[in-house]
Amino acid sequence: MKPRSPIQRRTRFGGLLGAVAMMATVPLILTGCSGGGGSSSSGSAKNLTIEDYYQASYDPIYKTCATQVGATVTINHVAGAGLIAKVLQQASSRTLPDVLMLDNPDVQQIAASGALSPLSDYGLSAKGLVPAVEAANTYKGDLYGLQPVTNSIALYYNKKLLSAAGVTPPKTWDELRAAAKKLTTGKTYGFAMSNINTYEGTWQFLPYFWSNGGDEKNIATTGATQALQFDLDLQNDGSMSKSSINWAQADVNNQFIAGKAAMMINGPWQLPLLNAAKGLEFDSVPIPTRAGEATVAPLGGEAFTVPVTKDTAKMKLAGKFVGCLNAEKMQSTIAGVTGNVPTNITAADAWATTHPQVASFVTTVKTARARTGELGPDWPKAATKIYTAVQLALTGKASPEAALQQAQSQNQ
Amino acid sequence: MSVSAQARIRTGVPVRPVRPGQRRARMLAGTSRWLFVTPAVVFVAIFFGYPIVKNVIMSFQDYSTKTFFTGEAPWVGFANYVNVFGSSIFATSLINTGLFTVGSIVMQFAIGLGLALFFKRNFPLSGFLRGLLLLPWLLPIIASSAVWKWMLDQESGALNQFLGLFGIPAVPWLVSPSLALVAVIGVNIWLGIPFNTTILYSGIQAVPEELYEAASLDGATGWKAFWNITWPSIRSVVSVVIVLGVVYTLKVVDLILGLTGGGPANSTQTLATNAYHQSFVNFQFGVGAAVSNVLIVVSFVFAMVYLAITRKAVDE
Repeated sequence: MKPRSPIQRRTRFGGLLGAVAMMATVPLILTGCSGGGGSSSSGSAKNLTIEDYYQASYDPIYKTCATQVGATVTINHVAGAGLIAKVLQQASSRTLPDVLMLDNPDVQQIAASGALSPLSDYGLSAKGLVPAVEAANTYKGDLYGLQPVTNSIALYYNKKLLSAAGVTPPKTWDELRAAAKKLTTGKTYGFAMSNINTYEGTWQFLPYFWSNGGDEKNIATTGATQALQFDLDLQNDGSMSKSSINWAQADVNNQFIAGKAAMMINGPWQLPLLNAAKGLEFDSVPIPTRAGEATVAPLGGEAFTVPVTKDTAKMKLAGKFVGCLNAEKMQSTIAGVTGNVPTNITAADAWATTHPQVASFVTTVKTARARTGELGPDWPKAATKIYTAVQLALTGKASPEAALQQAQSQNQ
Repeated sequence: MSVSAQARIRTGVPVRPVRPGQRRARMLAGTSRWLFVTPAVVFVAIFFGYPIVKNVIMSFQDYSTKTFFTGEAPWVGFANYVNVFGSSIFATSLINTGLFTVGSIVMQFAIGLGLALFFKRNFPLSGFLRGLLLLPWLLPIIASSAVWKWMLDQESGALNQFLGLFGIPAVPWLVSPSLALVAVIGVNIWLGIPFNTTILYSGIQAVPEELYEAASLDGATGWKAFWNITWPSIRSVVSVVIVLGVVYTLKVVDLILGLTGGGPANSTQTLATNAYHQSFVNFQFGVGAAVSNVLIVVSFVFAMVYLAITRKAVDE
């Protein structure tokens, strides 16, 4: 440590005085803020608060858009599981952020509470985006959220294992079943997916269910029974580990990376991990359907919304900010950071040609279905029924038909 | 006779005619006595009374995500309770709660008592080993459950690898609906042993050594000494350990959520996890409150038992 000169000491003292002065002004700033946030809509402060459950890698994107709309941003990353609880708390204490990110199936739930403002107020629409984005983010005729990027799930396969076994990527259920059987050797299962008793399990089962005509309004139908029977067949063949009922999607990915599964259902958010795995050669195709029809997979991704706060000028600015995030060019930038798919159809097509790894997801997303598209805020109950049926059937507690009936009548 | 005079008779202070100055002093003493009680009363009212009353009110309301923003929660009468009791999951949850609680308590206590008796005799490293035994208690439950989930994995779990050394085929601990509850209870027993051992050990330490010396002169050692001296002496500690254990075990959520999430196929769903699921996954806070009220009533019964026991212990 260097000896301090008297001058330095004086500046230190000055600094202390300054700090005291700052402390004294804190209450002034606070009252100033609450005053500005109150009745006056002049919007003197141009700072937007953003809340999401992303990583810091998103920060530069926010900053770019902030500069574009002429604002500064305060970014608050929350842990994924805690976001909704926090939003509800903020809704009751009227402390919602200016820009709020929500997982798309939660948008209608929160919109139904009245906490969000319609994006048409800011001249925003879902024009040019994949159709499911509009369905997922519309509640009672108003659009409440926009997703710059989205995702879904597809069938990943281990190139080396498939070529060694002389198997081509399957397109139908029969092909998938046969391929999985052939690829099951020693400690390697032919196929892996998540059948866990959470919404992740429901999300992974939906492509079988929806592609075969299943509907969440009444899950006990022939189409749904066939879908569940197919899931069970894979397990009964020994091609899918019985542990799949305990696996989250991250666990499935670990199995695939470790070479313990030759094929798996998973999303593009796993690409960074998959690419980092040494010696792993993989590719993906849309999830097979019964007779090779187009896959109906669930729409993923998070939406940006503008909560109702007292400051209308700030809400307008937040609307502009959300518009910036969803601009066609910005969507590609965000897709580059996150490995997801742009929601703008033209941007997505361009993205697929330059990024072959996400090509199968681009195909899937175009015909994807929004989970809350049909039931809206009632979706959580249906989602619980669906994973309950899957669990009942895979644990052998009921036949697929009985499992679906039991789950449908379950009063949840 | 005034109330204070009655009180004085009870406390054994003779009743004398009161002078005015004395009365004022006594009144002041009375208010200061109440002042000492007030913080506790306020604390209990805010942190225990309010949540319970709120929870009861909530169970008669349609309390949804909307309520948080608008503050509106329409009254629905007993609809939430009808929903809860009519659900096929309720019976499963109730039975599982019973099995989980009884299974955990019996084993935790038996092993805890065994260890407490074992550590009663002094041997090298006994203090260190006793400290080590506290480890499960110190770990965050969510961390323990994550590690146990890993160890109980059917294919790559440490437990099955170990059993495999003896030629035992892989056991589907968390995968089979009939075994999952057993596995979850097993982990909860492991978690509860330190509490039981520690409390019972301190109870045993408090038994005067002279009793054993005198008994050994009469030929009572080993089991005889345990049944005639140790057990009667620690009876009140035993009751407290069991009642507290029951109340703690009834409300276990994090451990089950971490291990199985209530699955597979709802086979480890308890009232506590059911309440959690209704409130924080389905966003039906009214229904969740109704389930947790059932749990509160059950816990309340045991809390009353606890109060009765501790009061008796003090009186003795």
